[in-house]
Amino acid sequence: MNTLTAVFMPHLVLAPILLPMLTAACMLLLREEHLRLKLALNIGATLLGLLVAIALLLWVDQPGATPVVYLAGNWRAPYGIVLVLDRLSALMLVLTSTLALATALFAAARWHRAGVHFHPLFQLQIMGLCGAFLTADLFNLFVFFEIMLAASYGLLLHGSGRARVQAGLHFIAINLAASSLFLVGASMLYGLTGTLNMADLAQRIAQVAEADRGLLHAAAGVLAAAFLIKAAIWPLNFWLVPAYSAASAPVGALFAIMTKVGIYAILRLWTLLFGMGAGVSAQFGSLWLIGGGLLTMVFGALGMLGSQRLGHLAGYAAILSSGTLLAAAGFGQPLLTAGLLYYLPSSTLAVCALFLLADLIDRWRNDGVSFAPYEKQDNAPFLNAQLVPTEGLNLDTDEEILTGRVIPAAMAFLGLAFMACTLVIAGLPPMSGFIGKFAMLTALLNPLSLGASSGLPLGATGWTLMVLLIGTGLLALIALTRTGILHFWATYDRATPQLRVLEGLPITALLLGCVAMTVQAGPVMRYTQATADALYNPALYVQAVMSATPRAAP
Amino acid sequence: MEIVIALAIGVLTGSGVWLLLRPRTFQVIMGLALLSYAVNLFIFSMGRLGLALGKEPILQAGVPNDLSHYADPMPQALTLTAIVIGFAMTALFLVVILASRGMVGTDHVDGSHAPDAKEPP
Repeated sequence: MNTLTAVFMPHLVLAPILLPMLTAACMLLLREEHLRLKLALNIGATLLGLLVAIALLLWVDQPGATPVVYLAGNWRAPYGIVLVLDRLSALMLVLTSTLALATALFAAARWHRAGVHFHPLFQLQIMGLCGAFLTADLFNLFVFFEIMLAASYGLLLHGSGRARVQAGLHFIAINLAASSLFLVGASMLYGLTGTLNMADLAQRIAQVAEADRGLLHAAAGVLAAAFLIKAAIWPLNFWLVPAYSAASAPVGALFAIMTKVGIYAILRLWTLLFGMGAGVSAQFGSLWLIGGGLLTMVFGALGMLGSQRLGHLAGYAAILSSGTLLAAAGFGQPLLTAGLLYYLPSSTLAVCALFLLADLIDRWRNDGVSFAPYEKQDNAPFLNAQLVPTEGLNLDTDEEILTGRVIPAAMAFLGLAFMACTLVIAGLPPMSGFIGKFAMLTALLNPLSLGASSGLPLGATGWTLMVLLIGTGLLALIALTRTGILHFWATYDRATPQLRVLEGLPITALLLGCVAMTVQAGPVMRYTQATADALYNPALYVQAVMSATPRAAP
Repeated sequence: MEIVIALAIGVLTGSGVWLLLRPRTFQVIMGLALLSYAVNLFIFSMGRLGLALGKEPILQAGVPNDLSHYADPMPQALTLTAIVIGFAMTALFLVVILASRGMVGTDHVDGSHAPDAKEPP
């Protein structure tokens, strides 16, 4: 595989951005009646993108491999725009492409017919995501963020309807405000350091004059606020649950990666700019990240406990996962970061699968109608405003009739998939969520490595994170189990669910991804450990970027 | 000149934030527009060596090629990009606002007002 990749390197780094862009451009030329052709193009391009991402991941994972630097305009590093592919970028690319392929397949079953231009928007969204993960220039990051957001506004409105337009209104307004903050922060950093290249910024942070130190921290704070809004940190996350649950199922599932973009940006920039080499500013804002993450974890877990709709439950699960990641990232420890990098893909896959499942289960509950009866009165699904169970809900009255009946395959599939999602999100063995959480807990107790750090005290924040990691897992388990019981056990007089293979396949694939991560936990942990070590040793990254030389003219 | 720019940015940001927090969609979009003006001015003022007053924007023969004689071109490029993106996003937001107005029948940002509120004539 690597020999094949070597033929195309370093230009293959550009492929995750160019491929979706060209596909989207081609699809825009096709009229809306060529839906099948567009679908084939979309799935083909996404599949190709996944293969490219895997090839890139294998490439950067070779022993002794340095980050691949691509000078997009053939200009030296601080002047031209640079794309950098390292282990973290490759991991995020593979995750994005996996989610994209699963949601594209799911959309093929029915959702892509709900409105126009689904496929071009989908590809542009992937382009924005991949670009944000690849770029090494702050302003270029802004541009890719905007591409991603512009596509996401369109995707969120896909299928139309009052709920989507309403949620879209809030989503767009808050993201436009966040973009303003991003610009303010980026331009302040430019005014202070005279560069927007991330590697160059990392070099110059330590040399900022003492009088400008406050301004630098203000710039970092403003910039972080923009990323924290994207990462859905409390109290900047009230837009997420209505928007994600109102979106059509494949879109909501793809959006599961959008909060991770914020986490990625923080992880990348914080370790580069405020690592140990930053002098006085080293670890600036660490407590803010931890505090924000912990509060978000509590908010997400309580939200899961309080939500009756499956879409809301999945939305809060995304918030919980992003809070966990941020709190763990704030500690700035390589071992803990390795654990969180293992937890990131597995929780993203599970939340994505939960969004897809929610659509299938809701459709089954409503007998194929897209709106449930309770939604007309704005009631909750199971309890009305007087906290009395709504009609059509069997709470253990006719138990005998149910015994001895064969469980239909589709229902068994839904139930098992839901159970697997529960296990990953709550962090229970044997699924990958448990290994991720376990790795984080181990790293908290042994910050240096197992056995080497005995006697190193665990601070108050460390204990809080530990308690919350376990506590939020329990709350998530209670919330998901209760919802599962209400949906799968306490129901009667309902037709068996109608599933298409195209709907079951992506969910199975996503959950099998979690299983594969569990089975291959050793290699995956080694990879994330190498990623974390590279993150906390930014000199390698900086050197690779700054020493990249342009090609001579032919 | 610094104080004029600072006041302009401050007034624009203040009005923008206030309008952004208002309940009508039109006020929200005006607020976002004012905010993006403020941000554009702010980027301009963030050149190296501060505001470029009375400096050449384009290379001239006979003037030494350094920033103390020329306006910093970087913030100009950034502002241009930000204007384009901001303009497109505002147009998109306007479409969503109109769709929301058409679907819901009110221009409240939450799509509904208090139950006892009277419909405007």
